[in-house]
Amino acid sequence: MKRVLVLVVMVGLCLPLFAGGQSEGTASEKPQEIRVLLANHPYGELLKQVIPEFEKETGIKVNVESLQESQLTQKLTTEFATNSSTVDVFMTRPLQEGLLFIKNGWYEPLDTYDFSDYPSNSVDIGRKNGHVYIIPLVTEWQVMYYRKDLFKAAGIEVPTNFTELEAAAKALTTNEVAGIGSRGKGGSAVTQLSSYLYNFGGLYLDNNVAVFDTPEAIEAFRYYGRLLGTYGPQGVTSMSWENLMPVFQAGKLAMWTDASVFYGQVVDPTKTQVPAEDVGIAKLPAGPRGDSPFIVVSWGMSISSKTKNPEAAMKFLDWATSKELAIKGMLSNITMARNSAWQDSEVREKMNPGLIETQAHAAQNGYPFDRPFMSSVGKARDLIGEVIIESIDTKGTSPRLEALAAEKTEAVNELLKADGEYGGN
Amino acid sequence: MIKSGFFERNLRYIFPLPALFFVLLLMVFPVAYTLVISFTDWALTSGRPMKFVGFSSYLGVLKEPRFIDAFGRTFSFTIGAVVLEAVIGTVLALVLNREFVGKNGIKFILLLPLVSTPVAIGIVWNLFYDPTIGFLNYCLSILGLPQSGWVTDASTVLPSLIMVDVWQWTPMIALIVLAGLAGLSSEPYESARVDGANSTQIFCFITLPMIMPTILTAVILRAIDALKTFDIIYAMTGGGPGYASETINIMAYKYSFEYFDLGSASAMLVFLFVLVLAASLGVMRLRKRFEA
Repeated sequence: MKRVLVLVVMVGLCLPLFAGGQSEGTASEKPQEIRVLLANHPYGELLKQVIPEFEKETGIKVNVESLQESQLTQKLTTEFATNSSTVDVFMTRPLQEGLLFIKNGWYEPLDTYDFSDYPSNSVDIGRKNGHVYIIPLVTEWQVMYYRKDLFKAAGIEVPTNFTELEAAAKALTTNEVAGIGSRGKGGSAVTQLSSYLYNFGGLYLDNNVAVFDTPEAIEAFRYYGRLLGTYGPQGVTSMSWENLMPVFQAGKLAMWTDASVFYGQVVDPTKTQVPAEDVGIAKLPAGPRGDSPFIVVSWGMSISSKTKNPEAAMKFLDWATSKELAIKGMLSNITMARNSAWQDSEVREKMNPGLIETQAHAAQNGYPFDRPFMSSVGKARDLIGEVIIESIDTKGTSPRLEALAAEKTEAVNELLKADGEYGGN
Repeated sequence: MIKSGFFERNLRYIFPLPALFFVLLLMVFPVAYTLVISFTDWALTSGRPMKFVGFSSYLGVLKEPRFIDAFGRTFSFTIGAVVLEAVIGTVLALVLNREFVGKNGIKFILLLPLVSTPVAIGIVWNLFYDPTIGFLNYCLSILGLPQSGWVTDASTVLPSLIMVDVWQWTPMIALIVLAGLAGLSSEPYESARVDGANSTQIFCFITLPMIMPTILTAVILRAIDALKTFDIIYAMTGGGPGYASETINIMAYKYSFEYFDLGSASAMLVFLFVLVLAASLGVMRLRKRFEA
């Protein structure tokens, strides 16, 4: 009998393993606790500071996790794909994962949300089959950060077209300072190349068909490669924004073209050795066939379709995307998507005029994508990145650039076909 | 009802059962599941449920030039790193096998790279290697030598990564070989000296053959690990510039977590699994020959 008992105990010891799998779904969790995933982004930081106020106001406990952007996508995807998610609300990148998440039904439709305060094209990015799934949070556009003092010393003006840009890069390059920096690290360079591409008259995708092997696109690849290969910092093909920003902050870059979101960090005296008055911000110079910088919804916020606390999640979402917080964001140089935040008088008074000016230009003439808008964007970016790296490595002179671009265009079209997204809409 | 005596007779099998069950579950299940996925076309980007496609993921992977390159790179990295580690580690062990002042201090210092976190190592070495503000290029410029791009240059990235791996893992091989040296019997040495052998001959014909099985054991352990190296490469280069430092493991990671093409990623990992298994069996065979 004792032996039977021992056996029963041993089997019992193994049991929690199975019980663990069943607790989900049957046990009703406390209704007033939600799990929120934020990105390591200035707006995520801002939210973290004010979440205690929300908790006090509503009595809902918010469990926050912050992750780097790529880890955030990975974590969400892994949790959703394995049906093990307990996420309620999360920050999301509409252009990077929006299509993928909509396709797999991981976003909750936000049919009751009031979108009247948002530019309609920013809402359309997250719209499918009559439902909107993503609330636009932050917009970013292409700008050029530059060193006023170096321009003055060299006696040149801020460039307004690509010919002048190249001449300025040449004039400003010394042993100590690289004339111009921009992302050169394959896949992550794709978003920064996009504005150059549009200004040359090229596109990544035209009606869901890859077209970055056109003569205009090749010209953009060659120009970008020549610019960075000749006047860029050493090792630029390994550099994304997180590598370029410290170089600019250390005073070793005369010009840096990247997204507007970094402005706050390049003028922050605790982070940069360059005095704020020496840092200028301007629109990207115009190209031979265009003046269309990208202006995109870089971050949005959504509710998980698997949430078990829809009311609490919605409450949090309404609060986190509210007008008041948008204004708060603007006052700390985070460029928000809400129209009213841009019209707020206090904001207009305190915001950097360069940011307001470049935003106005981009809103007027910009292009709402900075990468191929497709589900397999990760792989597509790496494929385009191969062309970018080849061009930088050869300073834009590679004889096989046309063939390489054609090959990669074909490969991206194959991806579109495999995902059922090729051609039309 | 269990027969009397059955329990006592089989006590040694019954007690480890729960542990064995857990180990099997935690080890076999992931491998088996990866194998299953590798025969499907599971890609989250398609939004379609997975379906079995036989060997088509494997064929797709083999047709991908990027995979063939990664395969070659995995080998270059492993062979380069392990050979250097074995040679330097053995030399270190021979040096440490003598008595001298400060020996224990040196042993302690040797242990430091072994216990450091790979990601931290990666960050620190990246600072060393940085072409603009890095310490190594600063040294080269003082010596008047041409500067290198280190990990940012496709032609030097793999040797630069091998150097970090060697820095981290040579001490392990040194310590294993040192333990082997300590256990050698003194008789062959005495007879060799009586026969008038010089120290080179003693090393080549006595010491080396006797510690070869130990060296090979260390090499097996290290090679299995080096083939699967992920953390240092991912932390330092992420497989870049371009794909210049992409090994199978890094590529499979990208296919799973950046491209969400789980079928192809699993096929790559099955290849890697077979590769590691074959390499280990090969070195074990070699070791047996030395022991015979």
